[in-house]
Amino acid sequence: MSSSTADPRLAKAGPPRRPIRLSWSDERLRGIVWQVLVVGIVGLIVYWLWSNTVHNLAVRRIATGFGFLDREAGLPIGESLIDYDPTDTYRRALTVGVLNTLKVAVVGVVLATILGTLVGIARLSQNWLLSKIAGFYVEVIRDLPLLLQLLFWYTILQSLPGPRQALNPVDGVFLSNRGLLLPFIEWLPAHGWAMVALVAGFVATLFYARAMRARQYADGQPRKVWPAGLVLMVGLPLLVWIAHGAPFTPDIPALRGFNFRGGIAMTPEYFALLLGLVTYTAGFIAEIVRAGIQAVNQGQWEAAQALGMRRGDILKRIVLPQALRVIVPPMTSQYLNLTKNSSLAVAIGYQDIVSIANTTLNQTGQAIEGIAIIMLVYLTISLSISLFMNWYNSRIALVER
Amino acid sequence: MKALRLTLAAAMGAAAIGAAAMMVAPAMAQAPATGAATLDAIRARGTLICGVNTGLAGFAQPDSQGVWRGFDVDYCRAVAVALWNDPGKVRYVPTTAQNRFTALQSGEVDLLVRNTTWTLSRDTSLGFDFTGINFYDGQGFMVKTSAGVRTARDLNGATICVQPGTTTEQNLTDWARANRIRFTPVVIERLEEVVGAYVSGRCDAYTTDVSGLASTRSAQPRPAEHMILPDVISKEPLGPAVRHGDQRFADLVKWIHFGLVGAEELGITAANVQQAAQSDARPDVQRMLGRSGDLGQMLSVDNAWMVNIIRTLGNYGEIFERNLAPIGLQRGPNALWTNGGLQYAPPLR
Repeated sequence: MSSSTADPRLAKAGPPRRPIRLSWSDERLRGIVWQVLVVGIVGLIVYWLWSNTVHNLAVRRIATGFGFLDREAGLPIGESLIDYDPTDTYRRALTVGVLNTLKVAVVGVVLATILGTLVGIARLSQNWLLSKIAGFYVEVIRDLPLLLQLLFWYTILQSLPGPRQALNPVDGVFLSNRGLLLPFIEWLPAHGWAMVALVAGFVATLFYARAMRARQYADGQPRKVWPAGLVLMVGLPLLVWIAHGAPFTPDIPALRGFNFRGGIAMTPEYFALLLGLVTYTAGFIAEIVRAGIQAVNQGQWEAAQALGMRRGDILKRIVLPQALRVIVPPMTSQYLNLTKNSSLAVAIGYQDIVSIANTTLNQTGQAIEGIAIIMLVYLTISLSISLFMNWYNSRIALVER
Repeated sequence: MKALRLTLAAAMGAAAIGAAAMMVAPAMAQAPATGAATLDAIRARGTLICGVNTGLAGFAQPDSQGVWRGFDVDYCRAVAVALWNDPGKVRYVPTTAQNRFTALQSGEVDLLVRNTTWTLSRDTSLGFDFTGINFYDGQGFMVKTSAGVRTARDLNGATICVQPGTTTEQNLTDWARANRIRFTPVVIERLEEVVGAYVSGRCDAYTTDVSGLASTRSAQPRPAEHMILPDVISKEPLGPAVRHGDQRFADLVKWIHFGLVGAEELGITAANVQQAAQSDARPDVQRMLGRSGDLGQMLSVDNAWMVNIIRTLGNYGEIFERNLAPIGLQRGPNALWTNGGLQYAPPLR
């Protein structure tokens, strides 16, 4: 049985290889010659551009190289995820910039996906008003330039009252043109460990859910996952926190002098950028989601209804898994767009990698190195998104047997 | 199939690198590299390409007819007058704080007159020559009069608006460190946006050179609502810059400035220059105005260069009064040395 199989997909070896003949009529030899030629020409062009640039820089005595990364930056940065002081190096300043870009890109992608999916589904809703509102939203958002929208949001946020007249809807929450301030807790190691426990609990829940599904496949009985999930994701972190002595000191923002101190702040720059990117990209995502759902044959709905499934269950178990195959590839483009559009931050004063690299290249005068850093950062982020989305796409692709 | 993919990938990768290099390289390649080539190139072209501010009242700004006006613009004009006795033969290239240096390095502009501070690193690692100081400036702060701030030291804890890519950012952090002042920066690139953020109250203060503050303040609907604090936290000697290795062109720009200051010292104005050229018997006036000697030829321009410049634009003091007095700037350190200022011209002889 094993050796007599005729299925060609199971045959590993290709057709037998011929030796290459040194003749122009040999297709493989021709292929190699052309490739060597093309790569060689491209290599020469790159070399010429490179040597030309290096020569001209040397003639003008313009400094080159990345030595400046270890010099003191001296540039002020308004918001940072890691500790930063102007006495730190350019390397650290640029790291802050990369993190700020990631901060807006990651949060933006998640929020845009949620908002876009909701709007996309709403547009297909049988509720006339809801679907018209969603349609209006998509048309308006898609037709206006993003830069204009960012400036619009930023101007709106600037017209909020000053810090001394800040809106104070709930105790400890302040909204002013300095941003949104929320109370927080004084962060201690115990909270860090509780965070680790939360992640561990989440992973454990995933494994538990998988095991339960395997059992369901075996005996057909659905099992509840949420009680165990609750214990793992809430109980475990709580236990760790209590084991560390349950420290809790509220850190409530208060106006001192010009500005608020304490609490956590969301600056108007970050908020305007996030708002602009999310609403803009969500408009495109909504259309992709709508197209994806409509691409699923109406017969699938009817067949599922015939089996007695509820509408929500049909969407979740029958339609969305098939729609995702249509949705995911264009979604990747939207994620890439959002990430790259975040470079418009410069216009509204959010200090992302472009803003900080621009300042760096101005202070050091090394434009080529600065641009190279910006390109490298975006290339890395974009390729990571592409790789992840391609992996996800191949996972959810229809498995053909 | 695999082979084709490989070639495609290689070609695309190379194209990406090539495109990146192309942004920088061609401009570099066409710029003349040594000697007096710039001056010859300007002559051959018949126009001077002058890098100026994108729009700063008093220094460089197009008026309602689209004609560039300002203190820096007059320096571009003076060079054109010295070369061709025609102030119109200038093409102005508005440059931002960000792209001005690349514009000069790459040869996109011949001369950069754009409120640019003369610093050691710009003189050396950027590959420029500064040809003098046409405006002694310093960095200051502007606040709303209603804020109750009297000196810069009151700004502890404040949010401060600043434009990136200039010495301003660095001065601000240096000053804050030296005075143990904590501040939150809001860094916005475009002038209109950064001023807008300050005016709307996003920032408590706006910092830039005092001249720029005066310009911005005068452009506000109610200038009295804003005040410039008395503290000046840095030295900002502004001057025209040319590329390294342009000695003859650098000499010309340098001595035009000294000629303008020298003319004010000697009391030569746009009104009396023609008459002085005919009848003023002072030897230094005669040398400057080309009646005796060959100072113009030494700079390889017409011997009547200073007469032409002063007749068209006036002397240093007149250029200052015409452009900068309307935005509320006093002569201050830019008065002549004989009046207690810093403007001093080496002798034209």
